[in-house]
Amino acid sequence: MDSLLREYLPILIFIGVAFGLSVVIVLASFILVRQRPDSEKLSPYECGFPPFSDARAKFDVRFYLVSLLFIIFDLEVAFLFPWAVALGKIGVFGFWSMMVFLGVLTVGFIYEWKTGALEWE
Amino acid sequence: MTAAPDFLPVLPEMFLGASGMVLLIVGAYAGARAIRAVTWLAVLALAATAAILLYPAWTAGVTRQVSLFGMFVTDGLGVFTQTLVIIGSLLSLLIAMRFNEREGIARFEFPVLVLIATAGMMMMIAANDLIALYLGLELQSLALYVLAAFARDDVRSTEAGLKYFVLGAVASGMLLFGASMVYGFAGTTSFDGLAKLFAGGGAAGVGLITGIVFISVGLAFKVSAVPFHMWTPDVYEGAPTPVTAFFSIAPKIAALTLFLRVMLQPFGGLFGDWQQIIWAISVASMAWGAFAAIAQRNIKRLMAYSSIGHVGYALIGLAAGTAAGVRGVLVYIAIYLFMNVGTFAGILCMRRNGKMVEGIDDLAGLSRTHPALALALAIFMFSLAGIPPLAGFFGKLYVFMAAIDAGLPVLAVIGVLTSVVGAYYYLRIVKLMYFDEAQGAFDRPFGGEVAAVLLVCAVAILFFIAWPGPLLNGADAVAATLFPG
Amino acid sequence: MIVQALAFYAFAAVAIASGVMVISARNPVHSVLFLILAFFSAAGLFVLLGAEFLAMILVIVYVGAVAVLFLFVVMMLDINFVELRQGFLQYLPVGALVGLILLAELILMFGAWVVAPGAPQAAVAPTPSTLSNTAALGTLLYTHYVYAFQTAGAVLLVAMIGAIVLTHRTRPDSRRQRIARQVARRREDTLEIVKVRPGEGA
Repeated sequence: MDSLLREYLPILIFIGVAFGLSVVIVLASFILVRQRPDSEKLSPYECGFPPFSDARAKFDVRFYLVSLLFIIFDLEVAFLFPWAVALGKIGVFGFWSMMVFLGVLTVGFIYEWKTGALEWE
Repeated sequence: MTAAPDFLPVLPEMFLGASGMVLLIVGAYAGARAIRAVTWLAVLALAATAAILLYPAWTAGVTRQVSLFGMFVTDGLGVFTQTLVIIGSLLSLLIAMRFNEREGIARFEFPVLVLIATAGMMMMIAANDLIALYLGLELQSLALYVLAAFARDDVRSTEAGLKYFVLGAVASGMLLFGASMVYGFAGTTSFDGLAKLFAGGGAAGVGLITGIVFISVGLAFKVSAVPFHMWTPDVYEGAPTPVTAFFSIAPKIAALTLFLRVMLQPFGGLFGDWQQIIWAISVASMAWGAFAAIAQRNIKRLMAYSSIGHVGYALIGLAAGTAAGVRGVLVYIAIYLFMNVGTFAGILCMRRNGKMVEGIDDLAGLSRTHPALALALAIFMFSLAGIPPLAGFFGKLYVFMAAIDAGLPVLAVIGVLTSVVGAYYYLRIVKLMYFDEAQGAFDRPFGGEVAAVLLVCAVAILFFIAWPGPLLNGADAVAATLFPG
Repeated sequence: MIVQALAFYAFAAVAIASGVMVISARNPVHSVLFLILAFFSAAGLFVLLGAEFLAMILVIVYVGAVAVLFLFVVMMLDINFVELRQGFLQYLPVGALVGLILLAELILMFGAWVVAPGAPQAAVAPTPSTLSNTAALGTLLYTHYVYAFQTAGAVLLVAMIGAIVLTHRTRPDSRRQRIARQVARRREDTLEIVKVRPGEGA
């Protein structure tokens, strides 16, 4: 347990440094630099023009479908990691167990391919 | 290294899931022209699953068998209710076929989703572990959310799907929260392990009781018992009618069975602690189902409240907590299945000038325009009201008798009173059909499958009294296995 | 040990604070970003518990995929979020009441925490000391919990079908591969060779 956490110590230090550095940068630019705002400086800037519209444009629902399908396969891949680590121990049964799981999701993949859910234009 | 377990007990579920996948591929390749073929194949797959399920039971009898490392149980209760669930799904698919075609929402995914949902329900029923319970429940719920929103260009259907999804997710969360508390308390998720731990009613701490309360909340939501019923009228009204029929039958039977199993097996030793919960939600469901239905004008909403009330009656048997009570529940849900499928088959005939009508008043004068349909609906209404000698009366009789034997006369009395209130709105429909002015005929033809389902259900309800043996004996045998000694 | 305790309190505080910000931020995009921060802190807590694999999955799946989906949804909806908040105060008392009841239940429960006799012995899967967390999961998940594992696969399949059934529309203008037609295409169908003599072009 302790040895496990010790392995994560660099990450903890990294998080600390990142946090500290960002605080320092923001504060320093706030404290050290002369603040003299005017309306031109504060206006948003987009390629030399004032912005034409709200930054949040509506997305097509197709993005949602694609990202949902991505999540599903992301989860599928997540299941592969412990399997790969433990494959030597779980034997033939463990191997085929994963193959059936992948087969089920391949059925889904064939379905989405054939219905054209992966096509764009 | 672990050897592969015996997969034979899970064969019906595996077959159903595999046929769902095969049909998915068939549909994906054949496209829209194969919708009808895929539906019939799905019906065939359900029938085959029933055969696979019942063949070993027929030849060798059912003995309790735990498999897959304790996750899965095969017993009488499972086989009995799984058969009912399959029948419910099969009949719903039959009455859905033409409706979907006429409404322009026919897609081959519909039968596939019904098959997978049915597999999920069978897994729920056969769960012998909190993890297996949750996964089966999610498998069926996820398929049902999609089915509720299946008419996706219809605002009401989409709303139904969304409401069902959001509230269902909250209920699943509650169930999971309760399950994790039980695990934290007991150190095991296995039903057998829990049953051993609580045998004799041992120390039940506050944590465990809270866990059981949360699990019951999740399950009460799934069976739509008051006060967790809020979603039911909206979802029933908005979902396409055959989907509503499916919702009111198969998932309800599965969830009620799960309720029975969870309460009686792992938590059986804590009967004194949970009996009052079941008592309260049973009374609340019966009362609300009876009184709220009176004001309804839409027949699907009316059926929603009716189903809430019927869940209340069924839960009386669980509150009794005896073999007679379980027998009552099983007989009740079997009869309820046929009454409800029949009624919804009738509702599917309510189509005027190419559009579905759902008002109760649209049934006025049905006896003049469609005497056979009116007769069938009248039989279902009398049976739902619990008027002898129709089957619905016996369903109620057995649970009330069990309640009185178990020393819960108050519950039985409340049940009888709410039945009387409920009879008012069921009989009002009969009065509308037979004594009011006709509003114009419904479109014909209704479709052969719908007519066949109506006929089968009406005959089953009408002549149950002549041949009650198979159902009663089956339920008796199942109930006896749950209470050995 | 002290580092561990400090890290725990830091992660827990950030998780709760960002949870509060998720529901109180004015801009829904900020809400999603705070949600990501909450996920990260929860991942840190998982690591402290020794549940390494869950921590990484939380980062990969929730931060990497689910949060992106949330952002899409937030952007896709044409909702005036300021208007949506109008009723917020109206529902606050009821919401606070439910929250208070839950809190009271939790306090009551943890105050009177009794573990059933024999519960530790009944624990199914004690953490092995020789294996890493991921390997320990792997040895159980695919064999002992094969039923749960395969059911999870089926749940994912249903999610896939559901997403396509509810959102996919076949577009007639989409250019999909039609291999037979593409292979059967001949030169004569598409090309016309015209001899152009010099000086005669119009």
